[in-house]
Amino acid sequence: MAVKKITKAALTEWVGELVSKERVFGVQSKGDKFDFGPLTSAQDLRLDYDVTLQPPKKYFLPPVETLLTFEVSAGYESQYSDKPFVLIGVHPYDMIAINQIDELFKQGYYDTHYMTRRSNATIITCDVVNASENVFASQMKTATVKDGFDILLTDIGDSYIAEAATEKGEALLSKAETADASKDDLDKREKIQKDNEKNLSKHQLKCEVAELPGLLENAYNHPVWEEKAATCFACGSCNQVCPTCYCFNVQDDVKWDMKTGQRCRAWDGCMLDGFAMVAGGHDFRKKRADRFRHRLYRKAKYVPEKIGGQIACVGCGRCVSACLPDIANPVNVYNRLFDDIKTK
Amino acid sequence: MCECCTQEKDIYLPQIATVQKVRLMNDTEMYVRFTMDDGGFDYTPGQFVEVSIAGIGEAPLTIASSPTQKDGIELVVRRIGNVTKAIHNLRAGDKIGIRGPLGKGTYPVEHSKGKDLIFICGGIGLVPQRSFINYVLDNRTDYGNVTVLLGTKCYPQRFFQSELQQLEARDDVHYLETVDEAHDCWNGNVGVVTTLIPKIESELASSEIFICGPPIMYKFVLMALAEDSVPRDQIYLNLERKMKCGVGLCGHCQINKYYVCIDGPVFKYSDLGVAPEAI
Ligand SMILES: Cc1cc2nc3c(=O)[nH]c(=O)nc-3n(C[C@H](O)[C@H](O)[C@H](O)COP(=O)(O)OP(=O)(O)OC[C@H]3O[C@@H](n4cnc5c(N)ncnc54)[C@H](O)[C@@H]3O)c2cc1C
Ligand code: SF4
Ligand code: SF4
Ligand code: FES
Repeated sequence: MAVKKITKAALTEWVGELVSKERVFGVQSKGDKFDFGPLTSAQDLRLDYDVTLQPPKKYFLPPVETLLTFEVSAGYESQYSDKPFVLIGVHPYDMIAINQIDELFKQGYYDTHYMTRRSNATIITCDVVNASENVFASQMKTATVKDGFDILLTDIGDSYIAEAATEKGEALLSKAETADASKDDLDKREKIQKDNEKNLSKHQLKCEVAELPGLLENAYNHPVWEEKAATCFACGSCNQVCPTCYCFNVQDDVKWDMKTGQRCRAWDGCMLDGFAMVAGGHDFRKKRADRFRHRLYRKAKYVPEKIGGQIACVGCGRCVSACLPDIANPVNVYNRLFDDIKTK
Repeated sequence: MCECCTQEKDIYLPQIATVQKVRLMNDTEMYVRFTMDDGGFDYTPGQFVEVSIAGIGEAPLTIASSPTQKDGIELVVRRIGNVTKAIHNLRAGDKIGIRGPLGKGTYPVEHSKGKDLIFICGGIGLVPQRSFINYVLDNRTDYGNVTVLLGTKCYPQRFFQSELQQLEARDDVHYLETVDEAHDCWNGNVGVVTTLIPKIESELASSEIFICGPPIMYKFVLMALAEDSVPRDQIYLNLERKMKCGVGLCGHCQINKYYVCIDGPVFKYSDLGVAPEAI
């Protein structure tokens, strides 16, 4: 498919056109940080951002969504969000996280609610320009991305390289004023990507990412779980900001008429108290250390076993920034295990 | 895109069923029989359904009947929280929502043929076992000796009594019962269910053993079976965890790498070596 070059001015014009015609969400500044939000002006788009506060998963798995509506005596009706939208500015590591959740939500039981949102999306990714303070995507091999997106943008200075990867992307890109990318342009892009594959490394993993599942084979009773969890608040922030966390709760809301209502799903988190508690009060993962361990085993063992070995931590570093007692950083835990287990 | 375009069904959408019969069995347990309005479904002993009460929510409940029984599907529901309370208020003719049957880890109905079977049940743990027990009784010649052990906390909590009396009266089933606490009206065994294990007449080490009961029971039963050197791949545990989706996505029912809702609820003990959270 097409690999084009588009000047920064032409990109702004193209995004301006998009914004006027479609539902567009993009990265914008929020105080001294960045986040995804509805984009109303091309000028607000910040493709030079370091990391967004929230990952883009909310566009596919909203914090709260209606699955069904019901009428108490008449039955249930599925509800779908049917509106197409364009999402601009997804970083490669976040795209990889979306690809993982796509696989999980269709491999066993097919989740029509998630997949409807997903197929309504046109995703424009962009290579990272500025590294955030805690990113370690290079370590997780998620600093660049090969698939899942419709268009990939790479900032090469005065212009962007724009690669369309799907027909949807191609159609969208054809509306922009572009030129063919030269060999020189492509070399520039390759250099940027190669650099990102090395430099998005604010935390260094002592082993290869592919060794993590093996490392966890012998780490179940290691003291690190108790040690780290000793200061855990069970606030669930590390779950909330994580692009690969997808646990949810399901709950009914009844309207004031007491006859109609909706069944909603909302984000949940395995670090929260009561996540595994059943009626009557028995809690199957009562200890914070057990939950702390569960989260990191999910990331590097349980989920990878379901999705062909890919580690369910993409190194965005959000949990590192979000955790007040500073214990959530997966790299610190895995390194500690590596030191103790592999060097023995 | 929606169902009509993807050809995929909404996995969260309940199908409508009609309650045929309800009966309170003791203070807390209610028997419910229902039929699916659109004709029904096939199921294997060990599977469960998500019962939906609009406005309250869903609860996973094991199918208590055997697929050999054709008139309706039976449940036994303990009143313990919001949904189960609402189920206790149901009357014949009421509509409920059903998703299922769910759970791919079921009783090994085929694999166990020709073997001696031992069912060890604690309290309401009798309910999931009943599906397979009744299946075996309806196909009696396919299986070897059948032993059923039941332990109940206290005498007034016993349920399915006429059915259990019939079980006791059969000469092709060895039925043993105990209650934890002595009671004036009870002159049978007193003590926890493990005290019945030495009374089993079948050869433990060559039997297929099925366990279902409260979380605490598993550890003690497994310890007792270990003393008798029962191979782990002949022991099946019916596990319960919090559930929300029932389809392997919400994460609530996870036990290490397993999801009780899809990999269970019935697990072979030998498969649980990698799941230290299970017991
Ligand atoms: C596979 C399976 C089979 C079961 N079979 C039976 C049965 O045959 N008879 C019976 O009486 N009970 C059974 N249970 C337990 C039953 O599901 C819970 O008692 C019930 O969900 C409590 O719901 P509630 O709304 O009344 O309680 P609340 O305390 O109001 O619970 C709120 C929600 O939390 C979840 N939840 C709470 N407790 C449990 C639990 N123990 N297991 C799973 N989810 C829970 C449910 O989604 C529930 O709706 C089974 C549980 C599982 C996992
Ligand atoms: S690890 Fe940190 S962010 Fe996660 S629940 Fe504990 S305190 Fe909160
Ligand atoms: S575990 Fe932390 S660093 Fe890894 S993907 Fe989740 S939020 Fe990002
Ligand atoms: S109940 Fe949701 S994953 Fe099992």
